[in-house]
Amino acid sequence: MLVGLWLAKNVNQVRGVMVTGASCLLALSVWLTIYFIQERAAGNTAEMLLTYSTPWFKPLNIAYSVGVDGISVVMLLLSSIIVFTGTFASWQLKPLTKEYFLWFTLLSTGVYGFFISTDLFTMFMFYEVALIPMYLLIGVWGSGRKEYSAMKLTLMLMGGSALLILGLLGIYYFNGIYSGNYTFELTTIAANHCIPGHIQNIFFPFIFIGFGVLGALFPFHTWSPDGHASAPTAVSMLHAGVLMKLGGYGCFRVAMYLLPEAAQDLSWIFLILTTISVVYGALSACVQTDLKYINAYSSVSHCGLVLFALLMMSQTAVTGAVLQMLSHGLMTALFFALIGMIYGRTHTRDIRELAGLMKIMPFLAVGYVIAGLANLGLPGFSGFIAEMTIFVGSFGAHPLSGDPNTSFRMVATIIACMSIVVTAVYILRVVGKILYGEVENKHFLELTDATWDERVAVICLIFCVAGLGSFPFWVSDMISPAAGTILESIGVM
Amino acid sequence: MNYSEFLNMVPEFVLVLALIIVFFADFFASRNAERKASLGYLTMLMLIGTAVTSAMTEPTQAFGGIYVTTAAINVMKAILAFGSLVVVVMATSWVEKNLKLAGEFYMLILSTLLGMFMMMSSGSFLLFFLGLEMASVPLACMVAFDRHRKESAEGAAKYILVATFSSGVMLFGISFIYAATGTLYFDDVCAAVSNSPLCIMGLVFFFSGLGFKISLVPFHFWTADTYQGAPTPVTGYLSVISKGAAAITLCTILMKAFAPMVEYWDYMLYIVIVLSITVANLFAIRQNELKRFMAFSSISQAGYIMLAVVGNGQLGVAALTYYVLVYIVANMAVFTVINVVEQNNGGRTDMAAYNGFYQTNPKLSFLMTLALFSLAGIPPFAGMFSKFFVFMAGVQNGEPMAYGVVFIALVNTVVSLYYYLLIVKAMYITKTDAPLPTFQSDANTKVALAICTAGIALFGVASCVYEWIAAAGI
Repeated sequence: MLVGLWLAKNVNQVRGVMVTGASCLLALSVWLTIYFIQERAAGNTAEMLLTYSTPWFKPLNIAYSVGVDGISVVMLLLSSIIVFTGTFASWQLKPLTKEYFLWFTLLSTGVYGFFISTDLFTMFMFYEVALIPMYLLIGVWGSGRKEYSAMKLTLMLMGGSALLILGLLGIYYFNGIYSGNYTFELTTIAANHCIPGHIQNIFFPFIFIGFGVLGALFPFHTWSPDGHASAPTAVSMLHAGVLMKLGGYGCFRVAMYLLPEAAQDLSWIFLILTTISVVYGALSACVQTDLKYINAYSSVSHCGLVLFALLMMSQTAVTGAVLQMLSHGLMTALFFALIGMIYGRTHTRDIRELAGLMKIMPFLAVGYVIAGLANLGLPGFSGFIAEMTIFVGSFGAHPLSGDPNTSFRMVATIIACMSIVVTAVYILRVVGKILYGEVENKHFLELTDATWDERVAVICLIFCVAGLGSFPFWVSDMISPAAGTILESIGVM
Repeated sequence: MNYSEFLNMVPEFVLVLALIIVFFADFFASRNAERKASLGYLTMLMLIGTAVTSAMTEPTQAFGGIYVTTAAINVMKAILAFGSLVVVVMATSWVEKNLKLAGEFYMLILSTLLGMFMMMSSGSFLLFFLGLEMASVPLACMVAFDRHRKESAEGAAKYILVATFSSGVMLFGISFIYAATGTLYFDDVCAAVSNSPLCIMGLVFFFSGLGFKISLVPFHFWTADTYQGAPTPVTGYLSVISKGAAAITLCTILMKAFAPMVEYWDYMLYIVIVLSITVANLFAIRQNELKRFMAFSSISQAGYIMLAVVGNGQLGVAALTYYVLVYIVANMAVFTVINVVEQNNGGRTDMAAYNGFYQTNPKLSFLMTLALFSLAGIPPFAGMFSKFFVFMAGVQNGEPMAYGVVFIALVNTVVSLYYYLLIVKAMYITKTDAPLPTFQSDANTKVALAICTAGIALFGVASCVYEWIAAAGI
């Protein structure tokens, strides 16, 4: 909606335009958040606020319709913060700056559009808009095995969206057949709630896996480490920070919301997969030597936790999941930003070659420590809040009809909890190795600390992470009712 | 015979008029260099006229139902005239440089288009066959137009042999149907056709005959060689216009004449679609000659087009027409770039020529990227919308088999994305010591590219285009 405006101006003074655009967006989403809280406080209990709908392809009942609830407002805020800081993080990007920001903008357009859409077709369109710029962003401006990673990432994600199309068509036609009202409108389909269970069971896996690919669901996560490792800094930030959340958001908003019976019947299968994601991601992160690979696997683990909590289908767990999306988005962005800055100076991301950075670039090093502590769930930072909520919510989740036995959810929670310990292991290992100790490469001593644009990005993100950790309630108060509404419609509350 | 019935055939009438005007202009105009250019402009003007009149014509019939047009057919005629216009615009630079016989080239384009129009509005197998032949023979001449290149002649020979063979097969099928039903009119055939073996044989032979024209697997063997051998504008013409016309004709005949046999031709379509899309995609991956590559890409696109016909549903014709329209702009953009690169670099069409293309010709490669993305079905470009709509049309009857076919087609979109991205990769990422030199493309090429790019960008997002097609309806 708003983003189209600054796409056009992108021709000269690219940086200036980007900063203005990104700040505008940030301001707008802050305004949106405040407006949303006020509306809710004023007692407006409609499911979606700020709705707008206009028919688009009339013969096919496609409409361009938008609207926000608590979850999407939070996601929009997150996207704006990441885009804003990402712009600063890629300040010094050299070749083809204009093209870079053009594709970057297209990517964020897709992200915003996805979060505000309430029409399945529009949503899907924006989803794909967000995916394809990745190929060029990684392929042209990336590092390492960039061609391979870019191709792998694009093809795997597009494979996911191929599954999605089939699932969407299934929902559209079967909703139409049984209710007589052919529509792509999300809330209408959910309200009709008329697709029979056995048909839901066919299409649920298509949609869940389709979005799950982007949410790094095991075993479809393999694009993520390669992709993140090769992507340029800001793209890694946006991708791990926001794009992977599209997966979780879609799983919840489309798969579980529209196909509730199937969600209850089949959630145990996907719970097993996500538990594997959580633990396996964390363990893999322990043995990596490339900083970006470590964080990519850590993302797999944390995004697995998001899907895990969503599938628990209790209000607390789902609130925790959205908090985790937000918190992980901010932390990962911070991590990737710092790694990018360190890499830009040392030209290596191998932890065996890095040591003693605390003495050389104290600002970046302190930032890294904070990011690490937030990531392993230290109270006071956002990670703690999110993970705590998730595990409390999951442990008390009610068993559902499809579960193999009643204590299944508790066991899964206990297994997933182990990942916290493993997270501490890999974070502290890296922090100890690269920040402290003797400087091994003598020419590192000449390197400088962060420049002003980098400081803006880092401070901004740290501020958000700590802010969310200290004052989580205004966010969770927004999320919780929205999650409650959807869960009620699913019929588990 | 009532001669006033000719007046009902307005688009054909305009085309015949155009043909005569271009012929006389070619005959009488002075023999200087500007003659070719002005002939080109004249042809463009005529095609615009044809497109406009087609779009405005009311549905009618003439000669006792042997000639029938519906609103959907008229829309398709307008779209094909528009596509031919793009071909002519893009071909002018090639015509001016390489051809002595500019007038003949334009006349051949007009006359094959006339044949296609006849074929599309036929109400009987007789007129259909006449139209088909009238479209095929000039096309063979066009393929052979590069008289100095051996491949051009080879391609033409292959094309004409396959065309006659497939005509033969088709006539055989039509004769079976005539034997079974005693009529050649579609409506009467529809009433009389049964599930007898004779009718099924007739259907299969007829289908394979048109399958050759649309180049569906397993009737596709001529495609790669002919596409490679033909001059690039003609390849473009073959891949979009002639394919689009044959597809809509097959669609209307299946839906009109063979409607009672829908369960038979549905299965045929399933098999042919899956084969076309899969086989062509696998072959396309291994090509390193861009025109051959586009040939295989167009075979797989033909599979997607036919997906709209599956299930004989009400969304089918609109989805098919829209797909053809979007395919015209995207594919013609690619061929325009191929053509201009070929013209400026001594006839290079191999994929290696495009390595590092972005560094020297950023605008052209950017437009090429957009077109390839559209072909691969990536939003916000039009290709994604058209693909989504044919998928919708494919599963509209809720057949489990149709869902399976659509699933295979979807998996294949990922494969196709891979090979389209290979070209993007060559242009943007692959490093090379000797990229093609920077060159200036001529005005007509720019116009053609502008039309195509506008189409790629707008035909999807501006929903009125689809609504216009869908309003013409069934």
